Amino acid sequence: MEILQNLQLGFSIALSPWTLMLAVAGCFIGTIVGALPGLGPSNGVAIMIPLTFSLSLDATSSLVLLTSIYYGAMYGGRISSILLNIPGDEPAMMTTLDGYPMAKAGRAADALVISGVASFVGALIATIGLAILAPALSRIAFEFGPGEYFALYLLAFCTLGGVASNNQAKAAFASCLGIAIAMVGLDPNSGTPRLTGGNLHLYDGIDFLVAIVGLFAVSEVFFFIESKGKSGATNVKVGKVRVPWRDIFEVRWVMLRSSILGFICGVLPGAGASLGSFMTYITEKGIAGEKGCFGTGVPKGVAAPEAGNNAAAGGALVPMLTLGVPGSGTTAVLLAVLVTLNVTPGPMLFVEEKEVVWGLIASLLIANFVLLAMNVPMVKVFVKILEVPPAALMPTVTMISMVGIFSLTGSYFDLILVVAFGVLGYVLRKMDIPTVPVILGILLGGKMEKSLRDAMVLSDGSAWGLIYTRPSDPTDLSMIASSLLVAAVLGFIAPMFLRRILRKPQRVAD
Amino acid sequence: MRVSDRIFGAVVILGSFIYVMAARGISKPFFADPLGPQAFPIGVGIVAAICGLVMVFSPDEEPNWPEMRSFLSILGSTILLITYAYVLKPMGFLVPTAIASAVISYQITPAPIRAVIYGLIISFGLFVLFKFALGLSLFAFPRDFFG
Repeated sequence: MEILQNLQLGFSIALSPWTLMLAVAGCFIGTIVGALPGLGPSNGVAIMIPLTFSLSLDATSSLVLLTSIYYGAMYGGRISSILLNIPGDEPAMMTTLDGYPMAKAGRAADALVISGVASFVGALIATIGLAILAPALSRIAFEFGPGEYFALYLLAFCTLGGVASNNQAKAAFASCLGIAIAMVGLDPNSGTPRLTGGNLHLYDGIDFLVAIVGLFAVSEVFFFIESKGKSGATNVKVGKVRVPWRDIFEVRWVMLRSSILGFICGVLPGAGASLGSFMTYITEKGIAGEKGCFGTGVPKGVAAPEAGNNAAAGGALVPMLTLGVPGSGTTAVLLAVLVTLNVTPGPMLFVEEKEVVWGLIASLLIANFVLLAMNVPMVKVFVKILEVPPAALMPTVTMISMVGIFSLTGSYFDLILVVAFGVLGYVLRKMDIPTVPVILGILLGGKMEKSLRDAMVLSDGSAWGLIYTRPSDPTDLSMIASSLLVAAVLGFIAPMFLRRILRKPQRVAD
Repeated sequence: MRVSDRIFGAVVILGSFIYVMAARGISKPFFADPLGPQAFPIGVGIVAAICGLVMVFSPDEEPNWPEMRSFLSILGSTILLITYAYVLKPMGFLVPTAIASAVISYQITPAPIRAVIYGLIISFGLFVLFKFALGLSLFAFPRDFFG
């Protein structure tokens, strides 16, 4: 059993006191970050990146720390979803639909415990799925040439808008914007400067960390300035935390089904986490039917999206680690971390950097149990965090973002770019244009172009080189590339029709 | 009216046009691959322009734009943060950070005394965190301040 050997290697790394401490610290920080109103997994992890780099950890340690923060934020996010009706990020929105009504009906503590257990089940199943599926997928990934990679990137961008966005044109524009930004700088193939306008600061291109911090963290500050922090007040009281065994027993199949479905959604490149919580909620709502009373505050409506959300979070790590294509905003942020640490995600990762991958997987398994302990018995500690006033929190977030970036690059120009991306993020979000594709475009745009150009070199400039990827045998159609391309086209068109049938539930108003 | 999407779409089309023109102006290297450095950016620009066209001809509902006062607050914070970027190095860490945090805090909840207190705590707290816990080289005050 190769997987057991690998897990043994992983645990030997994860159980070293230093790594274990990082995982526990990451879980704790992550839950706090997730629970803070206005901070979700993606912007939470974004502002932690510069801090992590200044600790100068090695690749395994920083990855363990940041993924624990990621998992922790997924758990913690439900606290502000349920108690304040403020989702920390897009996938968490589904939890507000039944969580907030349940909290208003005086069952806040029950909702927190049920969602905590559901998060645990989802994340645990996803981590096991990751350990099984990722090595298998990485073996397939060895077959990938430039043509296949181009098709894969295209698939990621096409499905990214998906059901999570309301308008395909806007989602596609967001991807184009990101890719267009990625083109700025020296052309890696020929070394000619491109689209720099002669500005020397731009020759290195635009650092994606700058874009991430601006789009995710600084734009959030602008939203708080606009709303004057009104949404920050908690009006729900949490009673004594008891484990509602009967409810948990009742939702056992919901949790299992949702975990598996969420994991599958998470594995899809691009679509990822938002699709996970959306699909699980819609499915369970359909299974329960009219009698299920979804949307009025039922335990199933809390368990399904939360299990799906956390399972998708784990599932999204599969394409990120094996193919270098993230499935969600936060995994895009983690990919940025990997690239900055000089770890190239892809099939080789599973051969050459076994310690990194398996150390990470083992740490995630441990982190899950730590998070269950933190989020069920100790949940009231984190509820206190909701009382941090936005007037103190948001300036801190701004300053950590600015100084964090300054400490990484030491350039005032990058600070101005952070502010510019903050303004851009504010306008885009106002216009209902998703910001995650912009990040993904900046991260993957260069690679997408390179794979296209490499494929063209192999085929001597013929566009058929994208599907007939083996130059030695021009009659051999690449099944992987062509099916990925078909999936990309379908993934882009299908939501336009499905959106009429699968209406996205709107947020509950007070 | 749905005018926001139409205006935004028009801006996107104009931006894409400028982008494609700029991409056409990229100098060609002597030994180029079949596709060269221009084709991909041009393609991206064209797709973006098509998205802009869709936004012009089938716009969404109007977003909730902020009222004038909130808009001015956001504009003010933007200018403040850009100024912060310029003065952080010459002025040292503590004073600009305290001022910037206090102003942002005031703009979220207009309570002047609390804002000043938050500003001082954030500035000092982050300085200790960054300088001593994370070991970054930050200067508390302007470097020639104490001679």
